[in-house]
Amino acid sequence: MDDRTVNVVGAGLAGLAAAIELSRKGVKCNLISFQPSERAQSVLAEGGINAALDTMGEGDTTEEHFKDTMKGGCYLETESAVRNLTDNAPDIVKELYRLGVPFCSENGRIILRNFGGQAKKRTAYAKSSTGKMIMTALIDETRKYEAAGLVTRYQHHELVAMDVKNRQLVSISVKDRFSDDTFTFTGSTILCTGGLNGFFEGMTTGTAANTGNAAAIAFDSGVEFANLEMIQYHPTTVAICNKRMLISEAARGEGGRLYIIRNGKPWYFMEEKYPELGNLMPRDVVSREMYLVSRRDDCEGEVFLDMTGLDDNIWKNKLSDLRSEIISYLHKDPAKEPVAVSPGIHFFMGGIKVTDEHETNIRGLYAAGEAACKYHGANRLGGNSMLGALFGGKTAAASAAVSAGQCIVKKTETPVGTVSSPEIRHILRDVLLEGLGIVRNTKSMNDSLQKINTLCDKTEKNSIDSKRIKFAAAMLNSALARTQSLGAHFLMNDG
Amino acid sequence: MRYRIEIFRKDRDNEKGYCQSFWYETESEAETVASALTALNEQSALSDTDGNTARKIEWDCSCLQKKCGACAMVINGVPRLACQAKLSEFPKGLIKLAPLSKFPVVCDLVVDRSIMFENLKTMKLWLTEDAVQTDKSQQLSFESSECIQCGCCLEICPNFYSGGKFYGMSAVPVTMRLLSESDKKASKEIIKQYAKHTFAGCGKSLACRNVCPKKIDTENLLVNANAIAIWKRF
Ligand SMILES: Cc1cc2nc3c(=O)[nH]c(=O)nc-3n(C[C@H](O)[C@H](O)[C@H](O)COP(=O)(O)OP(=O)(O)OC[C@H]3O[C@@H](n4cnc5c(N)ncnc54)[C@H](O)[C@@H]3O)c2cc1C
Ligand code: FES
Repeated sequence: MDDRTVNVVGAGLAGLAAAIELSRKGVKCNLISFQPSERAQSVLAEGGINAALDTMGEGDTTEEHFKDTMKGGCYLETESAVRNLTDNAPDIVKELYRLGVPFCSENGRIILRNFGGQAKKRTAYAKSSTGKMIMTALIDETRKYEAAGLVTRYQHHELVAMDVKNRQLVSISVKDRFSDDTFTFTGSTILCTGGLNGFFEGMTTGTAANTGNAAAIAFDSGVEFANLEMIQYHPTTVAICNKRMLISEAARGEGGRLYIIRNGKPWYFMEEKYPELGNLMPRDVVSREMYLVSRRDDCEGEVFLDMTGLDDNIWKNKLSDLRSEIISYLHKDPAKEPVAVSPGIHFFMGGIKVTDEHETNIRGLYAAGEAACKYHGANRLGGNSMLGALFGGKTAAASAAVSAGQCIVKKTETPVGTVSSPEIRHILRDVLLEGLGIVRNTKSMNDSLQKINTLCDKTEKNSIDSKRIKFAAAMLNSALARTQSLGAHFLMNDG
Repeated sequence: MRYRIEIFRKDRDNEKGYCQSFWYETESEAETVASALTALNEQSALSDTDGNTARKIEWDCSCLQKKCGACAMVINGVPRLACQAKLSEFPKGLIKLAPLSKFPVVCDLVVDRSIMFENLKTMKLWLTEDAVQTDKSQQLSFESSECIQCGCCLEICPNFYSGGKFYGMSAVPVTMRLLSESDKKASKEIIKQYAKHTFAGCGKSLACRNVCPKKIDTENLLVNANAIAIWKRF
């Protein structure tokens, strides 16, 4: 064992994949996360992970997975990177199976389900708790390397600052949330800090513990971001207390149908308008259609997801957890009555801009998972995100291992403020929602930007709030710079 | 309805705890202890029921959907998840919150549960060979993997204490997943550790069964783990 060490910030799927890969290469890793892995958003992932395993006799290929991903993302993603992703997907899923993920299978053959934007069955799943199952297996695997002294966990530690000089990462500052002490860590670092949920507090299916502070800090330190306007609204979510609950795409993959009442009768608008994939069109298309039909004069009420046609076997063997969740939160049995749904923020395609090797524009800094922008273009396909996080984490680790040197950890005396003000957070959220909805127009984006700019005077320079404001403005500027509709960025200008 | 939320608090730099109560008013049926704590903390100037200014209430959360275990605390005497406990369950309007008592308190309702993770490491809980998956293993592995390591089972357990040799129920799902997927040879070390740190200390009170927020059938997991590890019924 040598002394080469890499800092990995974030311990969800991407962070764990990176830590495991580093360990296998004999490189040490400081695995730093705000909360333990068990609390990361990755445990919420439900419907499954994509890989062209071709176990369903449909003749699926990695080439088709590649094409569907490119098409779903409106060709905004880098071809070479997506090809690497989809070519490696079967091996990644097989490895997860070897690590004990209880994917639905028959005599060792992994069963696949349908997911959005893909005509063939390609999504491996463990009922509707796939993320939790994969996380459990990876947490156990990482533990082996913790015991071997290769992975050192800092699991109540928050990234609070970055020191970048001449486009080279000098160190990151990390605050122990329990002791309030702050430490600097030198050396190569991979950011796996997840999506930007904290900018839309209460309005996403993910966790607000992914505050977005890490992104704001990185942006302020000169790290380049891309496609920040590409925010995925998942079609089937429901408002619950302080967040949006997801009804997994698996519900539609297994036969659930969307309708709205038009002229007194259910109208299965997706099936009528898009016979090619119907309810399983890519998420941007479905969410937009839901937005538009619910504003038509001849339609009334909300859009419903009808799962009453699913047979007992499917409920029992494939979606029992989803059913009990819906019953528990909505007091409705989806097997017996349709559920009212509406689109909610679910995923951030944009993030830290990385090369195919997951390097950022800052030497010594890498990024992976939902924090990074690489594989999902203008719209992510369901089941590709966990894949992207795992493959990205692994790739970033391989790159970081090459340049890794010693890491020096030092306690610093400079206290760093990390708590953003709820008032500013809420204003930012409301203003961003106005500008960056499912359907956008230039005027409202400009209005939002102006409102955000007026906030600058209300905050202290260099405070976390001022960095968040800067970042929110970048999201809007990114959206304004894209003057044509593309994927999740759908423009409908008046007049 | 108006709720009185009484919190057993502890400052970071003070060993001694104290009680402080807050009024919280809502008509919503959906509100939970978690949403009440969030709302209280969002008030620009938080004050207690006596009108004294109070600092923000420290507590932990993440998923708000019973899926991550971050928000476990003692609610009216029972270890539970704050995001699961609806305010409407307390018609008398008094809700008492305290940190889990089996772990060191960091501040207010935040506790340091590191010992749970350390114990799993001591037990060497990982696969040493590729998983062997069967219909039965899949069922057990799925159920075991639902454990969110919240610590509610340890809080209620009469035999668990932090730093003791008995690691409590939270180690059982992890053990069970690995046992269900390992062959006889690969199970040897896991069995040894299980016998030492779980079986030997478990008094079978099964109080954990009643508090597990994921409704994991802890008795079933124990029976299966014991069958393999202790009674050698592979
Ligand atoms: C409800 C739901 C269902 C989903 N279902 C699917 C699905 O079926 N298939 C699919 O492919 N994808 C799905 N996704 C998306 C997918 O789960 C995520 O995109 C993916 O898991 C992200 O992994 P990650 O490792 O990048 O980030 P996360 O799992 O979010 O981890 C982020 C990590 O960073 C840490 N962190 C954050 N900020 C800081 C900071 N400042 N300092 C230190 N640490 C920090 C966190 O503590 C955490 O450890 C779903 C998402 C949701 C919300
Ligand atoms: S916040 Fe995740 S279980 Fe309550």
